[in-house]
Amino acid sequence: MAQEMHIVLKNRDKINPLDINDYLAAGGYQSLVKARGMAQEEVIEEVKNSGLRGRGGAGFNTGLKWSFSYNIKSDEKYVICNADEGEPGTYKDRIIFESDPHIVLEGMAICGHAIGSKKGYIYCRGEYPQVVDLLKKAISQAKEKGVLGDFDIEVRMGAGAYVCGEESALIESILGQRGEPRFKPPFPPVSGLNWKPSIVNNVETFANIPAIIHKGAQWFTGIGAKSYPGTKLLSLTGDVKNRVCIEVPTDTTIRDVIFHFGGGMRNNGQFKAVQIGGTSGGFIPESLLDTPIDFDSMRKIGATLGTGAVFVMDQSRDIVDVVTRISKFFEHESCGKCNPCREGVFRCHEIMKKINKGLATEEDLEKIQLLCLVMEQTCLCGCGQAAPSPILTTLKHFQEEYEQKLLPA
Amino acid sequence: MLDYKGIMTDYASRKEGIIEAYHAVQKELNYLPKEAIKAAAEAFKIPEKEAYGVATFYSYFSVQPRGKYIIRICESAPCHIAGADEVVEALEQELGIKMGDTTPDLKFTLEFAQCVGQCQETPVITVNGKPYGGVTKDMVPRILAEYK
Ligand SMILES: Cc1cc2nc3c(=O)[nH]c(=O)nc-3n(C[C@H](O)[C@H](O)[C@H](O)COP(=O)(O)O)c2cc1C
Ligand code: SF4
Ligand code: FES
Repeated sequence: MAQEMHIVLKNRDKINPLDINDYLAAGGYQSLVKARGMAQEEVIEEVKNSGLRGRGGAGFNTGLKWSFSYNIKSDEKYVICNADEGEPGTYKDRIIFESDPHIVLEGMAICGHAIGSKKGYIYCRGEYPQVVDLLKKAISQAKEKGVLGDFDIEVRMGAGAYVCGEESALIESILGQRGEPRFKPPFPPVSGLNWKPSIVNNVETFANIPAIIHKGAQWFTGIGAKSYPGTKLLSLTGDVKNRVCIEVPTDTTIRDVIFHFGGGMRNNGQFKAVQIGGTSGGFIPESLLDTPIDFDSMRKIGATLGTGAVFVMDQSRDIVDVVTRISKFFEHESCGKCNPCREGVFRCHEIMKKINKGLATEEDLEKIQLLCLVMEQTCLCGCGQAAPSPILTTLKHFQEEYEQKLLPA
Repeated sequence: MLDYKGIMTDYASRKEGIIEAYHAVQKELNYLPKEAIKAAAEAFKIPEKEAYGVATFYSYFSVQPRGKYIIRICESAPCHIAGADEVVEALEQELGIKMGDTTPDLKFTLEFAQCVGQCQETPVITVNGKPYGGVTKDMVPRILAEYK
């Protein structure tokens, strides 16, 4: 039977996160020492060959991203940890920090060495003031011990804006501006913070680095799915018995996640749907539960792995009502910079409300589908591009629920 | 009155300090008065409309006065299906105000929030950032009593 595997969470409940001595005793910061003994290219090659892909949603090869920044000569470069964690249903980055903050700091410092950066930032969402305090403490302990050498890390606190998780918006926000995404290219690894090369990686991505340096790329490629190796943290929510954060190899199936690790349905409910990857993820019906959770397998079924949020719904749930609520989320969180999203999310919510109230016709369904397709193609950033996904995937897999709510023809 | 100029100057050594400076003001006042935004514009050498633009972009900042305790109720999908609406109703009834409003004694403000990352136990509310999970309508009076 499937088992959890702990790389990122190896110290969970084993060490005191507020005491750096515990982390050091568990072998902490040894990988940083090892990395600093290696040439920069060597570190990047190792990370590249491990096949580690970003855990923040986009799934880009981490070592390859680092090589872009490494290849540019610049007086300053930045390492930025994305701890905005705004996707509803996601709480895994918080769990990483609460369990073992130093594993992330170590990963960032290794990246700093690899690309030639002396300055790191952690952008932590405003919803986690306790985590901000914890991180500040961990950083000051690391400085006291001198383990970070001349690599400096600062924490910045967000102020409640989902779009600030998008990497260029995040950079704007660190700069003290409105968190609106930039036009791309240039991408941050080439031109990011202060228009200097900047690596933005997710918390979980950085937390994988120390083990990869310690045990080598080959060890890592042997774990989980071939094209998306390693483990993935998943945060379970909704009508599942165990609402917990787990770390499993990436070839684990959705079914095992829900019925084995999640303990099955709560209150003896019957499974109806699961939305994976956060609120911008697709809905998945029973018939697709044997899909492995890795990035590419999820893509193939028209869904996403995203942040690894697993939101389970039982038969008593009203899909149209849930999607209406989700479209409200996007209306609230659109930054308003580009027209298709600013107008699109507003209209999506409007039409969804109409459908949910039983006042819509077949024509409204056609309109919302067309609108969704336009948004996917034309929105400036991933927020507007992904906003239609819950609507389109539920229209596909749960169409009868929409039909039932239409006005009689 | 808070020394806005002092606070802003403290943070203005770093260009990017304006959000931190706003957090510092709100820690004391729970909102950003006009004078604070004006002081920020001066200290950070940006037009006032830009300082205002930053203040209004982020849902944590408010340019309207708010109560001493800000209660935020998560309305994202996982909390929604777990019964967030009932909690909203109970809070509105208990405090005698509607969502978005502040009690006349300036003690409590009710706000909607999107996911606050505590969805292992839904529905979730936060009081000045402190999370309470698995909230039912029966629990509301007890939680409020902690702050009365
Ligand atoms: C609207 C939006 C929100 C995002 N939120 C987050 C987030 O909270 N955390 C995160 O790591 N990445 C988030 N991302 C993805 C980032 O833009 C970026 O791809 C990621 O931080 C890169 O790190 P990785 O390669 O380690 O995944 C978001 C993207 C979009 C479009
Ligand atoms: S897609 Fe939406 S969130 Fe992204 S830039 Fe456009 S308006 Fe802003
Ligand atoms: S969905 Fe409400 S706290 Fe996450």
